[in-house]
Amino acid sequence: MGKIQLTQVRKSFGEVDVIPGIDLTIENGEFVVFVGPSGCGKSTLLRLIAGLEDTTSGVIDIDGKDATNLPPAKRGLAMVFQSYALYPHMTVRKNIAFPLKMAGMDQAEQEKRVERAAKVLNLSNYLDRRPGQLSGGQRQRVAIGRAIVREPAAFLFDEPLSNLDAALRVGMRQEISELHQSLQTTMIYVTHDQVEAMTMADKIVVLNAGRIEQVGAPLELYNFPRNVFVASFIGSPKMNLIEGAEAAKHNAHTIGIRPEHITVGDGPWEGVVGLSEHLGSDSFLKVAVEGLGTMTVRAPGEVHARHGDRIRLAPAGKIHRFDTNGLAI
Amino acid sequence: MARALSPRRKLITTLAAWSVALIIFFPVLWMILTSFKTEASAVAMPPQFLSASWTLENYADVWARSDYPRFFLNSVVIAVGSTLLGLVIAIPSAWAMAFVPGRKTKDLLMWMLSTKMMPAVAVMIPLYLIFQRLGLIDTKLGLVLVLMLMNLPIIIWMLYTYFKEIPGEILEAARMDGAGLWNEIVYVLTPMALPGIASTMLLNIILAWNEAFWTIVLTTTKAAPLSAFIASFSAPQGLFYAKLSAASAMAILPILILGWFSQKQLVRGLTFGAVK
Repeated sequence: MGKIQLTQVRKSFGEVDVIPGIDLTIENGEFVVFVGPSGCGKSTLLRLIAGLEDTTSGVIDIDGKDATNLPPAKRGLAMVFQSYALYPHMTVRKNIAFPLKMAGMDQAEQEKRVERAAKVLNLSNYLDRRPGQLSGGQRQRVAIGRAIVREPAAFLFDEPLSNLDAALRVGMRQEISELHQSLQTTMIYVTHDQVEAMTMADKIVVLNAGRIEQVGAPLELYNFPRNVFVASFIGSPKMNLIEGAEAAKHNAHTIGIRPEHITVGDGPWEGVVGLSEHLGSDSFLKVAVEGLGTMTVRAPGEVHARHGDRIRLAPAGKIHRFDTNGLAI
Repeated sequence: MARALSPRRKLITTLAAWSVALIIFFPVLWMILTSFKTEASAVAMPPQFLSASWTLENYADVWARSDYPRFFLNSVVIAVGSTLLGLVIAIPSAWAMAFVPGRKTKDLLMWMLSTKMMPAVAVMIPLYLIFQRLGLIDTKLGLVLVLMLMNLPIIIWMLYTYFKEIPGEILEAARMDGAGLWNEIVYVLTPMALPGIASTMLLNIILAWNEAFWTIVLTTTKAAPLSAFIASFSAPQGLFYAKLSAASAMAILPILILGWFSQKQLVRGLTFGAVK
């Protein structure tokens, strides 16, 4: 089991309201990603759930029981930290076994669980090494191993991949997703990387200034952003936002068009290419369009446009419309 | 990256370092040499070195005239006792200040340190009177207490610096893993801070061993440590430099041996945080 329910959870540091009051339900077995820009309160929210920070007010229920005032160890949750937070003076074996030792589990059962976790995480050959003798990816696996052996109600991940290089990050991302598939345990994952959020989550919670902007499945957020903030935060490269006369034509204060929903060739908009990036599979163009500003275009395959070229663009997909308050129409 | 030194510059640096080291060490060297001279050689003018008459008599005299083992034992009890008591108080204090700092923690630390700037003589009379009322004059317990209090700011500062180097996330991980405060301190904090605790201990044993103000003021015979033992050779018949030097050499020898064997730990402790 691992259902977590937050009711009007608030956190303030002195006079600063970091989280002004959040209601959220995380169902058992869900992979939920908290995403948002730096300082939006996503890590604080995770720490409140973990019990590492005290709530100012509100209730945190875990599996139907009020856990608001329980210490971290009593909540039945396991956490993987950004810095791995391994015990440097212990071997991998002792690191993984530490929560079991704290729980007073007998030695034979500890050994069995450590061996099993090590096998799942490909750490069997490293059990007698110290964290200092491991690579970043291996350390992250040890941190996950330490979380797995407890068989927690839910896993909490606090930006676990941000210290890894790009290639390793992709690999670990898949490993965590596979782990979720096999364990079917609730996972709450904090990241500022919306690609991680889109690829891993069952449900994404977009946070901004301590408030939830939108909760939904990745494609729901991509296709139907509730407001300008979500529209510009979800999707890479960012959605193009246009105000003024062009927006007025669509009876909106602001319109948004995703870079992949613009075609190069014929079209109503003419502009000068400022920057062109060719990835082989895609081409990214930054085009200064007269009257609209700089637009980002993502075109499939190779587009032969260079800096200074004049090109024409056309919208070729959904146009998102927003009112003066930034809410979707 | 380290800068490459030219051979000439290296020679000059090495010579300068040796000169400074010799200047610092010279009084100790002269004391040791004097302890092996006769009293006449010790006070001869100009000072004698190669022409001096050498003897072991001073050591025999000092040993015969005083109860060295008792002074030595008192020094051990006072230095180790005050350091251990200080650590018992300082570890939780430094833990609290490093991991649960309040708004005034920095001010508190500065205030603690500022007490070290106060001349000891300024509190001599009130402290003496308090000790007299409590019956602590010339007791090892009294000296353990006073030296612990004198060195406590340094112990707390050193431990605070060590603890600050331990990432808070590791302690949080321990909490998530089910460790209570006691297990967190025993299984995680202490093993990680052990080098720091060891060097703090060593430095404070040395400071307490060498302390010569309170140990002389607050003792007469029973609890007097080696610092009082040295002082007892400077009065009342006048100064006998050779015997005084022999007594001093005997007093510093144990701590010199301890310092020699633990110098690596001490240097690491004193430069911790400053050099990465």
